[in-house]
Amino acid sequence: MKYMLLIYGNPENWGHPMFLNVPESLALPAAERAGMTARFEELIKEITESGELVGAEPLADPLNTRTVRVRGGVAATTDGPFVEAKEQLAGYFVVDCESPGRAAEIAARLPDARFAAVEVRPVMGPSGQEM
Amino acid sequence: MTTGAGVEDLLRRLAPRVLGALVRRFGNFETAEDAMQEALLAAATRWPVDGTPVDPRGWLITVASRRMADQLRSEGARRRREEEAASRTPPDDLLAPAADAGGPRDRDDTLTLLTLCCHPALTPASQIALTLRAVGGLSTAQIARAFLVPEATMAQRVSRAKQRVRAAGARFRPPPEHERGDRLRAVLHVLYLIFTEGHTATSGPDLHRGELTAEAIRLARAVHRRLPGDGEVAGLLALMLLTDARRPARTGPDGALVPLAEQDRGRWHRESVDEGVALVARALDRTPLGPYQLQAAIAAVHAEAARAEDTDWPQILALYGLLERLAPNPMVTLNHAVAVAMVRGPRAGLDLLVPLGSDDRMSGHHRLHAVRAHLLEMAGDHRGALGSYRTAARLTTSIPEQRYLRSRARRLPGGVLRPPPDGRT
Repeated sequence: MKYMLLIYGNPENWGHPMFLNVPESLALPAAERAGMTARFEELIKEITESGELVGAEPLADPLNTRTVRVRGGVAATTDGPFVEAKEQLAGYFVVDCESPGRAAEIAARLPDARFAAVEVRPVMGPSGQEM
Repeated sequence: MTTGAGVEDLLRRLAPRVLGALVRRFGNFETAEDAMQEALLAAATRWPVDGTPVDPRGWLITVASRRMADQLRSEGARRRREEEAASRTPPDDLLAPAADAGGPRDRDDTLTLLTLCCHPALTPASQIALTLRAVGGLSTAQIARAFLVPEATMAQRVSRAKQRVRAAGARFRPPPEHERGDRLRAVLHVLYLIFTEGHTATSGPDLHRGELTAEAIRLARAVHRRLPGDGEVAGLLALMLLTDARRPARTGPDGALVPLAEQDRGRWHRESVDEGVALVARALDRTPLGPYQLQAAIAAVHAEAARAEDTDWPQILALYGLLERLAPNPMVTLNHAVAVAMVRGPRAGLDLLVPLGSDDRMSGHHRLHAVRAHLLEMAGDHRGALGSYRTAARLTTSIPEQRYLRSRARRLPGGVLRPPPDGRT
């Protein structure tokens, strides 16, 4: 079962990895920050070697977002995100794992979960059972 | 000259026997498996052009052995070999013939390989990947396409599986007598998972996934040939055949799911039905009862009804009763409730669903809400059915199931969603 783990973050101090750049994290002692990085790298190694990691991308600062709307057949492009929110989507992971519990466990080990939040969303698939 | 498809079939049949010979000779499962894949690839390109060699198995073993020798000669490989020597299986263990083996010239390693690939130290995803590669002779790219993941992801699963097999100290020989039952059950479960992955694929762009059902059936046949007296092996093969027989009728031309009751039974694959029915009848007659046999028996009762309304529901109900006692789980309870509804009426079925609503595994599961919706519709409670269809449609993560559930909801009074009155879209 595939899940997308959506990492949210505050756009105030955009930079990847987010967990080293958000203001709350910048206030932490260096050793704690280094620990987060080490645990994050360990997690990536683990889900790569287990064959659970399917893909991941970091997203650019929401400042670079362009939102496109088509109304009455006319496309209008505006600068800035569709939804104005304090937290914006910062990046995602796609994992293919045994259970929703395992997906949530991976999400909890993303250091970003400590600052804003990580959403775990099942990816819809083309398989179906007769009913 | 053999055609490309003929060569591919031949290679896939020979794969486990070539691998068995290599492991026996070199005692290194990981390297042997890679060498076997390279030999298969070489044969797949050369045989259709040069013609199939007189002794195809010998050809493959020779080519693969050469690769292995090259590998093992290299410095890194030698070091690895020395490290392994300490924990190495005594040569006698590697050379001892398998208990179920025939003559040394044509030893059959398929079962030994299957139990190794389905070793309990591996996750199901890794068991599946390794089984399809080492026993099925499929390439990593083919497996990755079938499971809709990048090739790199699947390659990791294969290599992780091999590492785990080695770390667990698993040996290339049949498991000890007292473990055989459990290990065989693990193999059957992996074959069942491979089958399901292919079977649930809807038509159209998912052809690669559909091939998984053929591969699962081929491997189940291979196990059945070697263990003809095992009722659960026969049961699993029968279940696969009977389920796969419905494939031409289970999706509409647009890929939409067609429920069992509405399938055009004339399009069911007769030969598979007949073979499945015969297999399960024989197994039920002669071997101890097991869950695969019971599921196959239920599928056989469905298959034998010329029209949906001719289905022998009392018989199906009795079989679900047995299955629930033998292998209870919430999914069985759900299907049992459907059978109860068909025999004693929808309200009796709905009563059985009540405890599932407070079962954590099931309360948020779309299947519970889908079954409730069907039974409420049968009972004439269209309002309740509409709500349950919509809940089920929101909960499923399958696109065709969601389409099906929404279409059921639309058939009910009040089920057609209208755009908002102010004209927003």
